[in-house]
Amino acid sequence: MSSVISVKDVSKTYNRDNFEISVLNNLSLEVEEGDFLALMGPSGSGKTTLLNLIAGIDKPTAGNIEVGGTDISKLSESALAKWRAHSIGFIFQFYNLIPVLTAFENVELPLLLTSLSKAERKQHVETALSVVGLSDRMDHYPKQLSGGQEQRVAIARAIVTDPLLLVADEPTGDLDKTSADEILTLLDRLNKEFKKTIIMVTHDPHAAEKARVTRNLDKGYLV
Amino acid sequence: MKVLKLIFKNTLRHKLRTFLTILGIAIAVIAFGVLRTVVTAWHAGVEASSANRLITRQAVSFIFPLPLAYKDKIEKIDGVDEVTFANWFQGVYIDKNQFFARLAVDADKYFDVYPEFLLSKDELESFQKERNACVIGIDIAQQYNLKIGDQMTIEGDIFPGRWDFVIRGIYKPRDKTTDATQMLFHWDYVNERMKQETPGRANHVGWYIEKISDPNKSAEISKKIDDLFKNSTSETKTESERAFQQGFLASTSAIITAMNVISFVIIGIIMLVLGNTMIMSARERTREYAVMKTLGFSARHLTGLILGESLFISVLGGAVGLFLTFPLIKGLSQIIPKGFFPIFQLEPITLVLACSAALLIGVASAIFPIQRALNTKIVDGFRFVG
Repeated sequence: MSSVISVKDVSKTYNRDNFEISVLNNLSLEVEEGDFLALMGPSGSGKTTLLNLIAGIDKPTAGNIEVGGTDISKLSESALAKWRAHSIGFIFQFYNLIPVLTAFENVELPLLLTSLSKAERKQHVETALSVVGLSDRMDHYPKQLSGGQEQRVAIARAIVTDPLLLVADEPTGDLDKTSADEILTLLDRLNKEFKKTIIMVTHDPHAAEKARVTRNLDKGYLV
Repeated sequence: MKVLKLIFKNTLRHKLRTFLTILGIAIAVIAFGVLRTVVTAWHAGVEASSANRLITRQAVSFIFPLPLAYKDKIEKIDGVDEVTFANWFQGVYIDKNQFFARLAVDADKYFDVYPEFLLSKDELESFQKERNACVIGIDIAQQYNLKIGDQMTIEGDIFPGRWDFVIRGIYKPRDKTTDATQMLFHWDYVNERMKQETPGRANHVGWYIEKISDPNKSAEISKKIDDLFKNSTSETKTESERAFQQGFLASTSAIITAMNVISFVIIGIIMLVLGNTMIMSARERTREYAVMKTLGFSARHLTGLILGESLFISVLGGAVGLFLTFPLIKGLSQIIPKGFFPIFQLEPITLVLACSAALLIGVASAIFPIQRALNTKIVDGFRFVG
């Protein structure tokens, strides 16, 4: 299998109140296509920062990140936004659905940036919602759904553009055990059945068990 | 699902807040429209003035009269086509609250020099034949339910005594800006009584009106007229009708300026109110904007969303305000005495200004929230706690 993500000598520092905080230190990582990688580590170890850098929502202070053959550390903000739109599917801990949009409309949101017709968008959204088992909740607003259902809508939104990579930041962190298991099973299915490459940040060893590979971070280093 | 739908849904997130903001904008637009209409009404005389007319008055003050003998001399000046004159009569009709212009005029030529006062040939002839005849504007006729043949009695003050007139004509305005609230009668009728009662006041007129064919020569002709009477007992000041009308307004310029300033201050205040609403909305949605950026929405998209919402509120508020301004102005025009503001109507320029103000409010109010949304990094947006 070929490497879909290549992180080379990446460092990231933040400036907070005149203090320079080093979050990632000269870190390198390769992720194979179709992998399901769990990133674990204590709070402040740099897991989410690494995930953000790979997903192109933050830029490294030093080093290079290639995703699907594109060196995203060299892209401009607007080019990066376009790249994210078709290459990355995001799953957040707190779902981050737009409260005034229905499940259907939330899932349709990333497709508004494509050239798909209304009918094509409808077909894609219905497919994504059926994959996550929410075909009967299309017209429900987020507040009318349970936490697990909201996260499944978020997963449908992440996969609707058929992205190269799914990134999940603590996807079960805000869910009860039953809902968390449903989400992990869904992610496992997306990886195995739909061959999606997934990187998941988690604190939960039980969640990490679903991944094929687990890497641990501590104080900005892979251990 | 379209972006417009999202803008609409965003607008309705806080229904009460949106409703109050729209109401505030509507009230501001109404206040703006009314104030601008009052200012425009104040300037109506200036707007209605003709470039083809000059006014000659006493150089010291408008209240001092000019000798009737000047008329023949002015007529001989090259460039002057016709000369007529008028005198401010004032007086009281019914009671002191009934205000409209009452002028003693040169019955032979006055209507030639003021072609915007439309009077039928028969009515004009009837007016000119009868010494105590008068012509009134149609607005006055309608206000007091007067018709041709009716009597009008004026209790004189500047020209004391009881003055009885019979209506022989009702003029109509040619243009929307023409004053149809005047009462015009024979200067000769007044002069005859002056000859008998106060001879020293006889054979004097208030001001002369010269009709000229070339407005470009108005300064040159004005100088010729004034030079003619230099060093006389009654020196003259001749100026264009517009300048003459503006001179009238000069005494009230502070009020007009204040109203102008207030009308724009209102717009400024409502801009801050909508700006505050938009800032609150954008702040509450910091995380959502981060999500949208993450999904690939660009700065252009976010600008469109925020600007669209701001414009939606301001344009809706402006539309409601304008919709209510029309009947309000109409109602006010019926309450305000006709003679006080002869022309009291919502002018197209006021409509354009009100619409522009609504758009300006929408755009200006969105600037800061857009700047904030665009400058917030995605990772900072996710960390934001509202």
